Amino acid sequence: MNIHEYQAKAVLKEFGAPVAEGVAIFSADEAEAAAKKLPGPLWVVKSQIHAGGRGKGKFKELPADAKGGVRLAFSLDEVKAHAREMLGHTLVTKQTGDAGKVVNRLYIEDGADIERELYLSILVDRTVGRPAFVVSTEGGMDIEAVAEETPEKIITLPIDPDTGVTAADAGKLCDALELSGAAREDGMTLFPILHKAFVEKDMSLLEVNPLIVMKDGRLRVLDAKVSFDGNALFRHDDIFALRDETEEDAKETEASKHDLAYVALDGDIGCMVNGAGLAMATMDIIKLYGAEPANFLDVGGGASKEKVTAAFKIITSDPKVKGILVNIFGGIMRCDVIAEGVVAAVKEVGLQVPLVVRLEGTNVELGKKIINESGLNVIAADDLDDAAQKIVKAVKGGA
Amino acid sequence: MSILVNKDTKIIVQGLTGKTGTFHTEQALEYYGTKMVAGVHPKKGGETWSSGVEGAAELPIFASVGEAKEATGADASVIYVPPAGAGAAIIEAIDAEVPFIVCITEGIPVADMIKVKAKLDKSRSRLLGPNCPGILTPEECKIGIMPGSIFKKGSVGVVSRSGTLTYEAVFQTSNAGLGQTTAVGIGGDPVKGTEFIDVLEMFLADDETKSMIMIGEIGGSAEEEAAQFLMDEAKKGRSKPMAGFIAGRTAPPGRTMGHAGAVISGGKGGAEDKIAAMEEAGIRVSPSPAKLGETLLEVLKG
Repeated sequence: MNIHEYQAKAVLKEFGAPVAEGVAIFSADEAEAAAKKLPGPLWVVKSQIHAGGRGKGKFKELPADAKGGVRLAFSLDEVKAHAREMLGHTLVTKQTGDAGKVVNRLYIEDGADIERELYLSILVDRTVGRPAFVVSTEGGMDIEAVAEETPEKIITLPIDPDTGVTAADAGKLCDALELSGAAREDGMTLFPILHKAFVEKDMSLLEVNPLIVMKDGRLRVLDAKVSFDGNALFRHDDIFALRDETEEDAKETEASKHDLAYVALDGDIGCMVNGAGLAMATMDIIKLYGAEPANFLDVGGGASKEKVTAAFKIITSDPKVKGILVNIFGGIMRCDVIAEGVVAAVKEVGLQVPLVVRLEGTNVELGKKIINESGLNVIAADDLDDAAQKIVKAVKGGA
Repeated sequence: MSILVNKDTKIIVQGLTGKTGTFHTEQALEYYGTKMVAGVHPKKGGETWSSGVEGAAELPIFASVGEAKEATGADASVIYVPPAGAGAAIIEAIDAEVPFIVCITEGIPVADMIKVKAKLDKSRSRLLGPNCPGILTPEECKIGIMPGSIFKKGSVGVVSRSGTLTYEAVFQTSNAGLGQTTAVGIGGDPVKGTEFIDVLEMFLADDETKSMIMIGEIGGSAEEEAAQFLMDEAKKGRSKPMAGFIAGRTAPPGRTMGHAGAVISGGKGGAEDKIAAMEEAGIRVSPSPAKLGETLLEVLKG
């Protein structure tokens, strides 16, 4: 789960990380009052969307020469003007796709005098199974570009979960970021704080880009992007409350309510599969036969008939879907449960598009029998290859 | 021969008394009499578990893994405990020095697995999973949730990050007449107990395993590391014919595709890099998940 920058900063502030003063607003009317709470004379007005590249992003509704999604303001009037221009408009960045994202929230922040911009993140290093810091002196820019062009400028430091960030670890990070004086002192305290926040809040990513050294020599978290481990949200009600459903695809929100792993895609063949690997492979094979998947959907292991019904309804609610492929290889998932769920869903919502069903594994005969006796217009498939070819043919043939 | 488990492997079940544990323990007992020997439940020690089927076996329940292991001489444990308690269940099995621990549970917080991993590294236990289908040696032993009916005793070693794609590989190699020595699902989580390299090493060392299938997916670099390992071993004269598959060629970057570990992040972990690394290591990578058996047959024909 992702949260907004201002929420991420509030979480980090709780742990004692140095962040600027700021106020989040939801309408342009609140802009002046918000800015007045801050010292000035420089303010930063930042679009709050769940995507990076905001500064270089462009608003769809504004002229091409209009400023981007993160703007400086030197007066209260400028703050107000920016807020009016930004709120309610669609910001397109290189991470949002062409559709962009509507800016519904702004964060108005106290400006900072920047001396140097650094990069810092914490993530789980899967090769060692530990959290690791990734730092670079090349902050403020796209870290993927740095990794591509100057990989030697990125330093990774895994942290022993039994000890946490030791003084030696913090020292190494300070060295890597070339911190001295006050900034080094700040670093020695900040790095353990960030690690603590990462572990205690079950984060999957904590990215500070940039971490800045200010003109006065102190460190500050200038931007913060935080994602949380969805599997650990059950023990963090405070974090779960920060979820912004307007940032999500409505079908994905609905799917998450039923504990279904669903990702919306751009194609026209809806898929319902058990198992993440097989669900990805099903997308791949649809593409291999010349069509595009409309979604990734893993109904999971112990799915009930109700869950399968919900999954089927989500797929059919997508107007792009021109055909559906159900592909099940039952292990923990029983084919008869899938069959009952599909039959129940079709009876409830109807079936306007071709449906290909491939069943294999646990209770497969029973599953096939339920489908056959249901009277539904289902195209049966023998194996995955056959299933993919049949659904692609049915969709392309009908076009 | 097989790897890791055989007809003599004695297994205890953590999470036996739940619906999932009960269903899959019944299935294991029915599968060539896999030696399921006991269950563990902190509050039901001393009770007896029964599958409910008439004339079916009963298993004793112990209050802790340590007691169950001591009483039965078990050498493996399978875990069906729900995610919030599964990390602690694995640690209990490590503390009881169970040699082989298989965790089926999906959805364990990564932070819990980081703790498990730190403990595991200092222990003598091997962990398979979590978020995996388990392991099966045909006609001998089934630990986990793989459907036994698709297996056939034979010569292919199967290792996979995905449960259902393991079944595809097994089903197809059975239909191709090759059969399997052992199929191992290493699981779809980013932090786990057993990696590709561990399993490939065992298959290389196993005389009865004549060929191998390796199925990876997007996210991380385990496939690249495995490819490097295979190239290094080949230089020492150790190699076996291999087919493979990578799931997620069409997955969009930055999105987690069901498995917690299946995500292309920071431009890394994409399918094409993995396929290239595997092909460089001499693995014939099938473009279609439906042609794993066929592809392996082609490799074997030379």
